[in-house]
Amino acid sequence: MRTTRLLFYRRLASPLHATRGGVGAVWALVLTAAALILYNPLPLAALALAVLGAGACAGVGRQLAGTLRTALIVGLPIVAINVLASREGLTVFARLGDLGPFGQGNLTVEAVVYGAVIALKVTLLMLITTLASLAVDPDELLRGFRRLSFRSALTASLATRMIPVLGADAGRLAEAQRTRPDDPARGVRGRVALLSAIVGGSLERAMEVAATLELRGFAVAAEGRSRSWWLRPWGSRGSGTHTPGPRAGRLNQHRSARRVGRPWSRHDLGFLCSALAVPALALAGRLSGAASFEAYPLVKMQVGASTFVLCAALIAAVLLPFADRRGIDR
Amino acid sequence: MIVSFDHVTYHYPGAKAPALDDVSFELEAGEFCLLAGLSGHGKTTLLHAACGLVPHFHGGTFAGTVSLAGLDTREHGPAHLGGHVGVLFQDPETQLVMSSVRAELALALESRGHSAAAVARGVEEVALALGIDALLDRSTHELSGGEKQRVALGAALAGRPQVVLLDEPTSQLDPVAGEELIGLLRRLNEEWETTIVLAEHRLERCLGAADRVISLEAGRVAHDGDPKSFLKWAAQHEPALQTPGAKLFALAGLKPAPTGVKQARSTLRARGLLPDEMDPLTSATPAEDRDRALAESPRPERAPGLRGLLGGRKGAPPALRLKGVWHELRDGPAILRGVDLTLAPGESVALMGRNGAGKSTLLRHAAGLMEPTRGRVERAGRVALLLQNPGDYLIHERVGEEASPAALAAVGLAAMAERNPKDLSGGERQRLALAIVTGGDGDPPPVLALDEPTRGMDRGAKAELAREVRRRAEQGQAVIVATHDPEFAAACANRAVLLADGRVIADGSAAELLAGGWYFATETARILGGAGGALLPEQGAELLRSPRTLLEVVA
Repeated sequence: MRTTRLLFYRRLASPLHATRGGVGAVWALVLTAAALILYNPLPLAALALAVLGAGACAGVGRQLAGTLRTALIVGLPIVAINVLASREGLTVFARLGDLGPFGQGNLTVEAVVYGAVIALKVTLLMLITTLASLAVDPDELLRGFRRLSFRSALTASLATRMIPVLGADAGRLAEAQRTRPDDPARGVRGRVALLSAIVGGSLERAMEVAATLELRGFAVAAEGRSRSWWLRPWGSRGSGTHTPGPRAGRLNQHRSARRVGRPWSRHDLGFLCSALAVPALALAGRLSGAASFEAYPLVKMQVGASTFVLCAALIAAVLLPFADRRGIDR
Repeated sequence: MIVSFDHVTYHYPGAKAPALDDVSFELEAGEFCLLAGLSGHGKTTLLHAACGLVPHFHGGTFAGTVSLAGLDTREHGPAHLGGHVGVLFQDPETQLVMSSVRAELALALESRGHSAAAVARGVEEVALALGIDALLDRSTHELSGGEKQRVALGAALAGRPQVVLLDEPTSQLDPVAGEELIGLLRRLNEEWETTIVLAEHRLERCLGAADRVISLEAGRVAHDGDPKSFLKWAAQHEPALQTPGAKLFALAGLKPAPTGVKQARSTLRARGLLPDEMDPLTSATPAEDRDRALAESPRPERAPGLRGLLGGRKGAPPALRLKGVWHELRDGPAILRGVDLTLAPGESVALMGRNGAGKSTLLRHAAGLMEPTRGRVERAGRVALLLQNPGDYLIHERVGEEASPAALAAVGLAAMAERNPKDLSGGERQRLALAIVTGGDGDPPPVLALDEPTRGMDRGAKAELAREVRRRAEQGQAVIVATHDPEFAAACANRAVLLADGRVIADGSAAELLAGGWYFATETARILGGAGGALLPEQGAELLRSPRTLLEVVA
């Protein structure tokens, strides 16, 4: 009954959710790359705005707003630490005097600006990660890796599944404790008992899931795929995979059948175009000087028409794939 | 044969008593076998042994031979046997290991190296067969309990196994979903010749579908035969395993014990105890039967009027009142829609409805764990809420540390204070959790709310709990029980409330509400067509023992 506050994928009616997992992941990766390439605060802010807009269009705006709040809490110490630690910059606004082995404690405006840019980048990375974990299907994504390492990909899939399960278990346990007239977690002994119950519950859950995996043939999969796909003889690299055990004969009859691949949807193509456009714009901005930025020794930042055009182009490149909502369903 | 147990004896690691003791039987392909027995008598262990989890996964000492589809389970582990057997355990949550339904259904096929086309076809077919095709792209963690159970069954069936083992699969399902699941298993059995082995406490649900019943007692096969011979055996040796229909017939001195409602009605009709439905002068529709019966019959247990008169204390201020309570999710539907409900002291209410109807949410609001988005809740004092899983309350090493001596004494567990809570049986755990939430010091809380308290309980433990509920109601506590089990509801409640889609759609005496329906009705009521508002075998037998009364009531 209780909903956990953990962030996990839920299929929603949005173009990003409708996009295949691989494309969604690539799109998130290039947004991350763009956030790393850019230093000019204006394009970075535009990108952050675009990611927040994308979150709203994907139906996860509320969760992104929560991440934004957390990012602000993380960002302030980043700025403070940079101001205190940086010895660069010429515009001193406060002198702390001689700090012994740390030298002169001069706080500079440039250090504040650079710290803010780094905080903005961290904020962007957190927003993009949140958006990707909420809108990119991890199962679909990991299925692609199974040919390379079935067990690793399956374990990763299992981990993504277990996060909400264990979250729900913890919520249930906490709720049960709330219904007790006494407080069982009172004192050190009580807390230890509660903690051991939580750990014990997780282990029991892990055992039960392990039993299920065993029955679904996890061990057989490991035998059958113990050799990586690229190490197998060329002739056996087709769609069929090596199958051990008594069912091999039965499975061979399926070998000639070929799965019809999922057609590329307009959303796949839209996000792929966006994934090409965003880093191209970021690079073009850096190379053309439209997004040039230097923090030290004095802040030099390009703020011209070209910068605003770049900002607008970045926002459009990120958000345009969301404009087409045809064929979207739950 | 497809499954064979040959003198199998098994001890769990460190256990002195065997969980299985010299078990031998064989199952032919296409048999529908029901495993009966009280809790802790070896049903689950037997299922684990059939699929190789015993001994490969659990360890312990194993003697004898189990073979499945010709494979000796000592030589082949669960992973290999899993190609021939599908397993569905009680808790679907632990059987869903992937994030989406499609990936879940595909996992077993992909693990066993099926080609991509075979996986796609297998997923599509099993989804269509189980009616879960609309769920394929949903996340597994957002499914309801019933949906999860279906998806877990789909995952077990995706590889088209020859044998399906099920451990109390209906225990978390509402009566409608439970009946659907049993019907589905029967269909799989008949159309695909799948061998079904089903461990279940609520035998009345599935006895009619079974070809054979194996009853376990202390790990031994106590009886092995067809459903009729099982009922005959149960009447003599283990009355707690009798179905309500069989108990009704036994109490009324009728034979043979019926395996289902249809057979029971046919026997009663042949003996002239029910009117012939082909005779237009004496026949009546079930609804007419019920309405007339309720209106005119002398009732075995008179159902009192509504509200404070329903077993509650006249004139006393309500113990609990929900006034227009709404629970609306921020980004989802409304779970409760303007619920009005009043409980008088001493009243015991059964809260029924389908999975997802809002029963658990209503109880959480009653206990103050949730705040209504609209409306209000008035309480005469603390509402003690016992949630679905009693294990969630047990965090200490000793029973005595969990609750006060007075609370333990109140639920009859005073002698077990030194035991580890994990060593208690299901029924004892439930009683211990009850002691924890009610507390033993001072006055008892004016309201006791129980959320699905009979999950996984055998009939004996249920009867004990029903007695406890009635005792508390007699002492003046208002008790509200959310349950899917009409038999338990009839045994412990004098009022029933039916929820659907977050609304109260029916509220009346238990005799009125649990008689004459299809799903939310006891077996006795279904056999007698709701006559006289008789819900329990004892009440029905009273009517049957005076056939004139019954015929007057029904016709």
